[in-house]
Amino acid sequence: MSQETLRIQKISAHAGAVPGEGTQREFQVCKLIDTTTCIGCKACEVACMEWNDLPFGQTVFDNTYQTMPDTRWNYWNLIRFNEHETEDGTLMWLMRKDQCMHCADPGCLAACPSDGAIVQYTNGIVDFQQANCIGCGYCITGCPFNIPKFNSETKRVYKCTLCADRVSEGLEPACIKSCPTGCLHFGSKDDMKYLAETRAKQLRDHYNFPKAGVYDPPGVGGTGVIYVLHDVTEPENYGGLPKDPHIPLTVKLWKGPLKWLGNLAMVGGLIGLFVHYLRFGPKSRDEEFETKREGEQP
Amino acid sequence: MTVTAPPYREHPAQAVPPGRILRYSFRERVVHWLAALSYIYCLLTGLAFWSPWLFWLAIALGGGQISRMLHPWIGLIFIAGVLQMYGLWARQMGITDDDRAWFRSMRYYIRNEDDKMPPVGRYNAGQKLLFWGFFVCGILLFLSGLVLWFPEYIPWSLRWLRYTAILIHASSALLTIGLFLIHVYMGVFAERGAFDSVIYGDVTEDFAKRFHPAWYKELFGSAPRRK
Ligand code: HEM
Ligand code: SF4
Ligand code: SF4
Repeated sequence: MSQETLRIQKISAHAGAVPGEGTQREFQVCKLIDTTTCIGCKACEVACMEWNDLPFGQTVFDNTYQTMPDTRWNYWNLIRFNEHETEDGTLMWLMRKDQCMHCADPGCLAACPSDGAIVQYTNGIVDFQQANCIGCGYCITGCPFNIPKFNSETKRVYKCTLCADRVSEGLEPACIKSCPTGCLHFGSKDDMKYLAETRAKQLRDHYNFPKAGVYDPPGVGGTGVIYVLHDVTEPENYGGLPKDPHIPLTVKLWKGPLKWLGNLAMVGGLIGLFVHYLRFGPKSRDEEFETKREGEQP
Repeated sequence: MTVTAPPYREHPAQAVPPGRILRYSFRERVVHWLAALSYIYCLLTGLAFWSPWLFWLAIALGGGQISRMLHPWIGLIFIAGVLQMYGLWARQMGITDDDRAWFRSMRYYIRNEDDKMPPVGRYNAGQKLLFWGFFVCGILLFLSGLVLWFPEYIPWSLRWLRYTAILIHASSALLTIGLFLIHVYMGVFAERGAFDSVIYGDVTEDFAKRFHPAWYKELFGSAPRRK
């Protein structure tokens, strides 16, 4: 897998060809999170901060088992906690590891106006390149998962890299390595899909979770992070996992039809004015109206 | 002979060369260029973020980060200019029946057959449309721009604000670009003498008679004087 991450298939705001675009049979990496075996120990949160050398910030206690209300520019990995009561009155503690989903069709990248500030490697990892980031925050608007976080001091945006640096050296992401229960897995998308479906079937057939299933939302082309959920029909219960995430409609309109309409109108307008000038010319000639300034009497 | 200022409250008297009429006071010219230059800066940096093919504009203007940082601040200057213009000109920009007639016969204006147009005062209907277009779009650009300026402070539950702002900002920018192109074309190329009027402040009497006959009348009474 070495050098895998050096090949790029999508580049934000790039005018021109992308070297790795349309590469065939690429090896897609994937992180599988089995929420049914997560105990909420936060080892992955710590491992993430450690490996990525993120400066420590204060946590916020809100009477739950959640470290803070939301991910931060320096806290990319958060176990979201929700106390959920099922229809038959069973109390459940739902733990979901929240981080960048590494969408196949990333809204952040679609929205970004800066060449190369966001790239997608051919292995599927979506990575922010802070050196190229202009800090406009469009990615925040494009992301359906509320992931990119702005640092007001550096004026740059940060998020989980899926440990692209480790993955390129053939290692698993730091969170995977730290998980004590084995609820985190890492491998090819195909393998993880297979493993997830097997686990979901086991939950349906043997553990009385008839709605168990795999969360790999097609609205964003599938994701590089997939979940096994006890109840896949209500992902919102898991700390607000969106049911059918899409790149927001207005972002699509803005980057699609509006862009073409606008460009056409601007170029058409310029050509139109030029042709008008050639056809009709000015309303008056300089000689007609130009009285000499410098005090000279005509 | 020195022609004094038109009878608008805002116009301080200003000496103009013989044969010329003061059209824009010093204050009006300053406000015009404040709004125009800040608009052009916002336009160039905005276009850089609009299209990857124009990102070089941001690089030419000091880099993406600097453009991102300055665009909203210069935008504030622009909106201040627009509001000043509102104070200066709004009362003269009311759409009248003559203006509606002007729009109906716009094809003659486009063909430079100005003598077939209804009488025009200090501003023709097209100029009024430009004014109101820029005013409304300026407000929209400002409000949506504020949201785009600080996306990190918009909570997730209010994300529709961001979704709306981005579309409004880009659309109203496009509308102003249409107005702006026509405005520059008219002022620099089509109506010779108009550009001078926002630099020196004055126009020739012929210019006023030809393009703004009703305004000329207002200034000098019904009989157009010969010099
Ligand atoms: C009135 C105050 C204004 C504010 C606060 C404002 C703010 C912003 C902000 C924060 C952005 C995001 C990127 C950036 O910061 O550069 C933006 C983008 C943009 N602005 Fe403004 N702006 C203002 C006025 C204008 C004006 C007068 C124009 C003139 C055309 C303009 C055109 C644009 C364009 C074209 C974009 C890029 C849209 C896209 O990416 O598709 N803005 N503005
Ligand atoms: S989850 Fe958000 S930040 Fe991550 S790839 Fe998808 S759109 Fe981008
Ligand atoms: S903040 Fe940076 S990464 Fe996000 S859209 Fe803007 S330039 Fe791209």
